[in-house]
Amino acid sequence: MADSLPTEFDVVIIGTGLPESILAAACSRSGQRVLHLDSRSYYGGNWASFSFSGLLSWLKEHQQNGDNAEESTASWQGLVHETEEAIALRKKDETIEHIEVFCYASQDMDDNIEEISALQKNPSSVTSKPLDSVCLSEETNSLHVTSSETPAKDTPKSDEEISLEVTDVEDILAEEKYCGDKTCINTASGGDKDENKPIEEDNTDQPKRNRITYSQIVKEGRRFNIDLVSKLLYSQGLLIDLLIKSNVSRYAEFKNVTRILAFREGKVEQVPCSRADVFNSKELTMVEKRILMKFLTFCLDYEQHPDQYQAFVHCSFSDYLKTKKLTPNLQHFVLHSIAMTESSCTTLDGLKATKNFLRCLGRFGNTPFLFPLYGQGEIPQCFCRMCAVFGGIYCLRHKVQCLIVDKESGRCKAIIDHLDQRINAKYFIVEDSYLSEETCSNVQYKQISRAVLITDQSILKKADSDQQISILIVPPMESGTCAVRVTELCSSTMTCMKDTYLVHLTCSSSKTAREDLESVVKKLFTPYTETEIDKEELTKPRLLWALYFNMRDSSGISRSSYNGLPSNVYVCSGPDCGLGNEHAVKQAETLFQEIFPNEDFCPPPPNPEDIIFDGDDKQPEALGTNNIIMAKPDSSEENKNPESPENHHQN
Amino acid sequence: MHGRLKVKTSEEQAEAKRLEREQKLKLYQSATQTVFQKRQAGELDESVLELTSQILGANPDFATLWNCRREVLQRLEAQKSPEELAALVKTELGFLESCLRVNPKSYGTWHHRCWLLGRLPEPNWARELELCARFLEVDERNFHCWDYRRFVAAQAAVPPAEELAFTDSLITRNFSNYSSWHYRSCLLPQLHPQPDSGPQGRLPEDVLLKELELVQNAFFTDPNDQSAWFYHRWLLGRADPQDALRCLHVSRDEACLTVSFSRPVLVGPRTETLLLMVDESPLAVEWRTPDGRNWPGHVWLCDLPATSLNDQLPHHTFRVIWTAGNAQKECVLLKGHQEGWCRDSATDEQLFRCELSVEKSTVLQSELESCKELQELEPENKWCLLTIILLMRALDPLLYEKETLQYFQTLKAVDPMRAAYLDDLRSKFLLENSLLKMEYAEVRVLHLGHKDLTVLCHLEQLLLVTHLDLSHNRLRALPPALAALRCLEVLQANDNAIESLDGVTNLPRLQELSLCNNRLQQPMVLQPLASCPRLVLLNLQGNPLCQAVGTSEYLAELLPLVNSILV
Repeated sequence: MADSLPTEFDVVIIGTGLPESILAAACSRSGQRVLHLDSRSYYGGNWASFSFSGLLSWLKEHQQNGDNAEESTASWQGLVHETEEAIALRKKDETIEHIEVFCYASQDMDDNIEEISALQKNPSSVTSKPLDSVCLSEETNSLHVTSSETPAKDTPKSDEEISLEVTDVEDILAEEKYCGDKTCINTASGGDKDENKPIEEDNTDQPKRNRITYSQIVKEGRRFNIDLVSKLLYSQGLLIDLLIKSNVSRYAEFKNVTRILAFREGKVEQVPCSRADVFNSKELTMVEKRILMKFLTFCLDYEQHPDQYQAFVHCSFSDYLKTKKLTPNLQHFVLHSIAMTESSCTTLDGLKATKNFLRCLGRFGNTPFLFPLYGQGEIPQCFCRMCAVFGGIYCLRHKVQCLIVDKESGRCKAIIDHLDQRINAKYFIVEDSYLSEETCSNVQYKQISRAVLITDQSILKKADSDQQISILIVPPMESGTCAVRVTELCSSTMTCMKDTYLVHLTCSSSKTAREDLESVVKKLFTPYTETEIDKEELTKPRLLWALYFNMRDSSGISRSSYNGLPSNVYVCSGPDCGLGNEHAVKQAETLFQEIFPNEDFCPPPPNPEDIIFDGDDKQPEALGTNNIIMAKPDSSEENKNPESPENHHQN
Repeated sequence: MHGRLKVKTSEEQAEAKRLEREQKLKLYQSATQTVFQKRQAGELDESVLELTSQILGANPDFATLWNCRREVLQRLEAQKSPEELAALVKTELGFLESCLRVNPKSYGTWHHRCWLLGRLPEPNWARELELCARFLEVDERNFHCWDYRRFVAAQAAVPPAEELAFTDSLITRNFSNYSSWHYRSCLLPQLHPQPDSGPQGRLPEDVLLKELELVQNAFFTDPNDQSAWFYHRWLLGRADPQDALRCLHVSRDEACLTVSFSRPVLVGPRTETLLLMVDESPLAVEWRTPDGRNWPGHVWLCDLPATSLNDQLPHHTFRVIWTAGNAQKECVLLKGHQEGWCRDSATDEQLFRCELSVEKSTVLQSELESCKELQELEPENKWCLLTIILLMRALDPLLYEKETLQYFQTLKAVDPMRAAYLDDLRSKFLLENSLLKMEYAEVRVLHLGHKDLTVLCHLEQLLLVTHLDLSHNRLRALPPALAALRCLEVLQANDNAIESLDGVTNLPRLQELSLCNNRLQQPMVLQPLASCPRLVLLNLQGNPLCQAVGTSEYLAELLPLVNSILV
């Protein structure tokens, strides 16, 4: 198999995170021969999204960090010539720390079995979404799974249909799995959850509330697409512009975030931010409506009215807001939910942030944000697909042992992969986490604190619809700490199962993720308990499952901090803490311009009718080989399927 | 080796496009020609449908072709079986939809759809409503579609409440929507019909308050959006006043009867008929307007025969019946009196408050409060200022006079583009106020000096005035309507910018006319004065015409009866 991989490339890219994937698409699009590698078995690196079982496997892998003894390095050292030296790459991903998992949903006997079986599905500890289908196919049910999966993804709005079809499949799976000894348990768990319910709920007079058990979460695990980083796309942001310009947007589907929320005086409330919101708001008085609209209108072109803020440029934004007649709740809305800044931010930065928010309003809907269906992890894959369409070659689970540097020129000339194969290229792009400790010894990393929660209700219930996508900024509880960003996703975003919500919390770390975020989690949610729920607590959504972890933030690191990198090796950073994807796009574009100063960055692809096919230049030839993903440009349905890069290179 | 795409150059692309266009144009022209030939030859068959659909599919605004299609369809209606016809209609509806997708604002397409639906024995109105909802989803301000929706809703007898809910949903999405607000103004009176006694087209107070709150939300959110202000004006506006005869005046000297109407009318054999009863017996008379032009106007008059005015009876009664307006009025001329009259007083309820309604003043008062609050936040919003002025007038024109004038000043400063309109409006309000004051004083003398008036209006209300002072204003003309002042004896209009005197005509009692310091350029403009038989004093000092050569001679010839002409 290794023989089939070409050994000459223009660009080798290691890591499939967002900036690397954008670069891969850009390079491939401008005619470079691109080899795109990832040592992991899934796309996206720390930008990936996982099904529930995929996430459990990912956790397991990271909790075992450091267990494996270092392999000997001898094997590749013999391949380095005398005129060359090697820069070893890191063998283990060390970007994730302080993982803590809490399960609040009830775990009955059968649940345990389910969980184990879910894990058993995976042949190795390294699992991921793309592998899911493979694993399942080993269970001889691949036909059912794919047939149910595909239509479900094609019609993302018909939730009922999806769950129905999937339940069918699950039943079949369950029956086969448990055939014989545990039939009775199986029917209980495999049956409709409503059959379970009456037994418990008959003696409680609480309002109807869905009871979700851990076994259901595991069973419906493939409904989840859990992002490692929680981000949204600004409707007028760099990423949207790039997606549209490069036509990569055709590979993805988006939903508008439906609500901007604020947390004030212990209550979650909706922030009116568009003209229609303000008009319809029942909470604001007439005068507040006017004052808010007036201020927001001013922010849209604040540069034209320097007289209105010049005197306050040295004040903090929050002090400035106090001078604008805004009532306290309006100040809170503007500061935390619209500008999304810290209280200490300067007036100018605050105005700039507010303007940016408002500029994005109304392009696709009533809020400035879009969320990609099936999770943020889709985005890097979309760019990989574009890269592959234009001839890029993809290998997952492909480790790179070292970079080979020519002593004389000081330039990197090749890599040696885990099969001891030498692959030559002109340029090398490496994601930060692949660089060895030695290379990074001078680098100071920041950390991101993350929490992922599965809950049973929205933090702000609304009569009209339970399908809301909300973003909420919880201001710092005490000075010195950071604001916490909360994103709540409903099941129609294709990231969680029906009747649950997937909640992401993010802030830049000052301590471990749990220490940073737990207080906010406690304010907004209450742990799930089977019995006697406090009346007061009833109004809060209940936590079914929670995960905390810290992720390394390698953004904003100057190239000079890395030791001894040849000039033709470029470094991409992992996800940053920000809400948008501007950093990744900017980085990709800057690096691309540095490498290919005269090339257009991700130009629009040509119109199909403008493409000339002539006999000698058969376009598909280079793309059709076995081990390479060949994404058909017109296979749009398929693109919605997170497992779509189906033919990827596997060992 | 890398399968780099080969792409056409921009020149190749342009050339391909040009060829394609040329081809299209050829097809278009030949098809159009064929259709016209067939139409001329009377070959109105299905091939015409086919050809026109090719053209209209690309350009739905070709009105003549829609006419062709209608002719064909009408002919086919007679020839085809019901089943064939149903299939034809189905294709036609589908075709119309595709045309609307090409241009959702095509007059011809919407009209054709109306026409077609109107001819169907069993039209599927539910489907049409659905179609409207879909088009309004795409563009909530597509008034073509709104028009069609109103047509469909009326045909299908959709309950007004449902349609109101529909407008709710669109206003929630984007309140800047004239069509949606307007539809509300049609639906609400249907939903809440007033009892017979009440003014028609008005809303009960609870509904009104709810609507006011909604519209306030809109103009507090965006005070520069006109649609909300227009709806606000409608909410507070009142129905047209009832037709009435405002005043009847009979003069023995001039042997003349004058009538003033509540709205401009055109009296004549084929238009409005007026019946005059003198001492309870009908009298045939010839009606004319005071200025002699017989254009629609508020005031009409007729000459009376001597027999109707003789002194043999203790009094004569004159009754005028306005048949179309369903109104009449009577006045009495007593023996020995020069004149007699009967009229509605301007102080009577709301004679001038036609801008805003007679709703309970508490509602108006609270609207005024909100608008003032908004004005404090938005001192430069013209809509808010104008609404405040209108509300104040509706509440109490005399009490708020001073404040109103201040708001006018602010409004003029923030909206200089409409300065002249505002001046005229202000003149109108001031004139109304002066009129009210005059009536309270019960005199026939009206002082309108030093008021910065730019225009004269409500002159039909001044039928009985004998002395009028218009000095020190900014008037540029004495308009024809001034001729309605049949009792006027003294007119002072010094220190204005008057250039024409069209209205100083046929004034039977005018004796003194003072026009000092105006802009009368040519002696010719004094021509109308010749028709005022009793004019004896004319002061023209300070006018450009005084400098002109031969003015005095011209005037002596034109106005031989005037004793004293000051030039």
